[in-house]
Amino acid sequence: MDRTTYRELRFTPRFWGLVVILGAFVAAAGGIVLYVEHYGHIVTGMNNQIVWGVPHVFAIFLIVAASGALNISSIGTVFGKKDYKPVGRLSNLLAVALLIGGLAVLVLDLGRPDRLVMAMYTYNFTSIFAWNILLYSGFIGIVALYLYTQMARGVPEIAQKSAGMLAFVWRLALTTGTGSIFGWLVARQAYDAAIMAPLFIAMSFSFGMAVFMLVMFMTTGISTRQFPLALRTRQARLLGIFVAVVLYFTAVQHLSAIYVAEHAGVERFILLEGGIYTLLFWGGQVLIGGIIPMIILFSKQAATSGRLVGLAAGMIVLGGFAQLYVIIIGGQAYPLEIFPGFEVSSSFSDGVINAYTPTMLEFGLGIGGVALALLLALGGMKILRIMPDNATE
Amino acid sequence: MTSPLHREKGAELSRRDILKSGAALATVTLAPGVTLMAFGGKKAAAGEDMPADGLKPGARWGLLIDAAKCPEDCSACVSACSAELGWENNGLETDPQWIRKVTLRDKETGRTNSLPVMCQHCESPPCVDVCPTGASFKREDGIVLVNRHTCIGCRYCMMACPFKARSFVFAPVSGQKSIAPRGIGTVEGCTLCVHKIDRGDGTTACVEACTATGNNAMMFGDLNDPDSEIAIAVATYASVELRADLGLNLGVRYQNI
Amino acid sequence: MKNLLTSLLAVLALAIAPAHAQELFPSIPKALGEPHPEGNEYWRINHPALLAHDRDLVVLEGIRDVDASLVGCVVCHAVNGPDQGPVPMPVNAGSPDNSCQVCHQFVAIEIGCFVCHASVPSKEDVAMILPQYSADDEGWRAYMEDLAALQEASQ
Repeated sequence: MDRTTYRELRFTPRFWGLVVILGAFVAAAGGIVLYVEHYGHIVTGMNNQIVWGVPHVFAIFLIVAASGALNISSIGTVFGKKDYKPVGRLSNLLAVALLIGGLAVLVLDLGRPDRLVMAMYTYNFTSIFAWNILLYSGFIGIVALYLYTQMARGVPEIAQKSAGMLAFVWRLALTTGTGSIFGWLVARQAYDAAIMAPLFIAMSFSFGMAVFMLVMFMTTGISTRQFPLALRTRQARLLGIFVAVVLYFTAVQHLSAIYVAEHAGVERFILLEGGIYTLLFWGGQVLIGGIIPMIILFSKQAATSGRLVGLAAGMIVLGGFAQLYVIIIGGQAYPLEIFPGFEVSSSFSDGVINAYTPTMLEFGLGIGGVALALLLALGGMKILRIMPDNATE
Repeated sequence: MTSPLHREKGAELSRRDILKSGAALATVTLAPGVTLMAFGGKKAAAGEDMPADGLKPGARWGLLIDAAKCPEDCSACVSACSAELGWENNGLETDPQWIRKVTLRDKETGRTNSLPVMCQHCESPPCVDVCPTGASFKREDGIVLVNRHTCIGCRYCMMACPFKARSFVFAPVSGQKSIAPRGIGTVEGCTLCVHKIDRGDGTTACVEACTATGNNAMMFGDLNDPDSEIAIAVATYASVELRADLGLNLGVRYQNI
Repeated sequence: MKNLLTSLLAVLALAIAPAHAQELFPSIPKALGEPHPEGNEYWRINHPALLAHDRDLVVLEGIRDVDASLVGCVVCHAVNGPDQGPVPMPVNAGSPDNSCQVCHQFVAIEIGCFVCHASVPSKEDVAMILPQYSADDEGWRAYMEDLAALQEASQ
């Protein structure tokens, strides 16, 4: 029986400071959306060769992290680890907030975002994108229900467990769908791989836990609350394992592709000759997002030092952005193989590595989505009794 | 025994309160959508009664392109398409290109070749599969089009197309041709001159232009009509599809690549 | 009681106001060609649904022989702009004098059609919808002059 007391976050000067900063970023993103909608996407760095850019990197990161953030409450409810139970409500809230932030960026980058309502009742069910829209909206509803079972008085244990199980299975379907957005594209050399779905599941575990821990430290910073050491130690170790799993799936993805002669070109591009993409892969994803955090998290000091764990979590987030940049944009930078065995040139950039220079507008939109997610999470923590009131050891 | 602390107004709402506010929220959110569907659903019912007299029954329009007859320095097809449909490519990466001339060089033998590439009007188009709203669709006669009324500009079809057939409109458009409406924020591509086919011209702008130059590298016709020139040609002479390994059954076939 | 009286007055005010709006009603420019057999009132009320229905017939089914084709609207309902050279040219939907905009700006409903569709007819369009004009410069000039005459007559 969960004896934890839950409280709202209190109004502190730091709380307000954070709200103001986040609000400014959200407002900036709003201005960017109006600007891009008026003048067209020509003001961004995207073009006919790189059609999905930095906003999509941010959006997919937020969506993947959202699904992973739910994991923490699943560990408590579905897998019964009692150390995780007190942060279950925070996990649910953060999952919904991150998803809304990610969706906001995705939807506001559409060419015709004014047609969104029409998109909600005109469905093409062969499209994994359409399924994702249903999965995302369903996720919000199911997690809201799950949060209700956690918060309302007199709800039987079985209801919470069922809601938790449903949410867990739903989020696996959602992340599989997100990975399949890329995995089911036969056209591009870098995609068309079944492993994209499990890779994204692994990424969700890793990014979700890392983002959750960063948010935990953020609330610690603006309030007097401290999370129990036992929880933080377990989370740090688990995060290390998640990072290892992501590295494993990445290795399998690239080793399999290298083995196939057809994909040798794109693998050479990503792993060796891709300039920024190679740098982001080895330096960003593997080193900063993988090996170094793993060393930190499996070290003895990580068990007690919040700062070290926070550093590792931050590096994992950066590595995650690098990974998605390589997947989403690197996959488009490599040219389509329309004529295997031929060198190709045309007036439409056939046969050449496509260049992409993101503008501040795209970063502004993406960061606005992150800010929106955090703002919603803070709002939820203020209005609802989300924060566990466990005494520190 | 609940302490006074727990009686204060807080998040521990009673089930009834939550259900009441939830119901209100759901009604407010769903009502507009339900109304829209109730009044917007007419078109489906009307469409089923209409005879498909706009389309030639059983047709499958396609192109046959002979790369051997296509000179490297000729782009009459591109200019014709551009003039007919009202798009322009001035070299910017954001400019549309519905049809383009591609120059090939065999990596092993060094032989060079050139041919035009446009939307291949697949029978199993990946762009139609992935479009979330169904804006990218295939007509009964095999022409793959973008219904720009429904397109939300997500560009997923551009990610999915193996032939880079589609372009996105990056800036506001003015001075459109009335036979080719095109506007900001939607995706576009080769329409196989559907406006010409529907008014009975029996050819496309690119094929017309190629024939006019005397190269005769392009042929248009009904692939399903055994008596048509194109059907006889593909049944007699060897022709291939681009990326045949994908198994998409294309409407555009090439000879002598 | 006070709330009830206030809301009653507000409702009355809203009910009376439209009656006076008759004087504010926009003057819709006259159009060339035969009038619609169903009557102007029918078309004014139903044109959104008719356009949407017929556009699906055209785009999805290839049935081009429809009543509510935008090209048809644009040809007959063209309005000439003021003094644009030797022969005045029709204004596009960006101008408030455009016959669609005259009403749409009055009711403050944005027209989405002309983001993509041409709001000015071409010679071929004119010849197709109004066969009395030929698809060349001669026919175009006759069309322009008839439009100008129509506008002057309705001044």
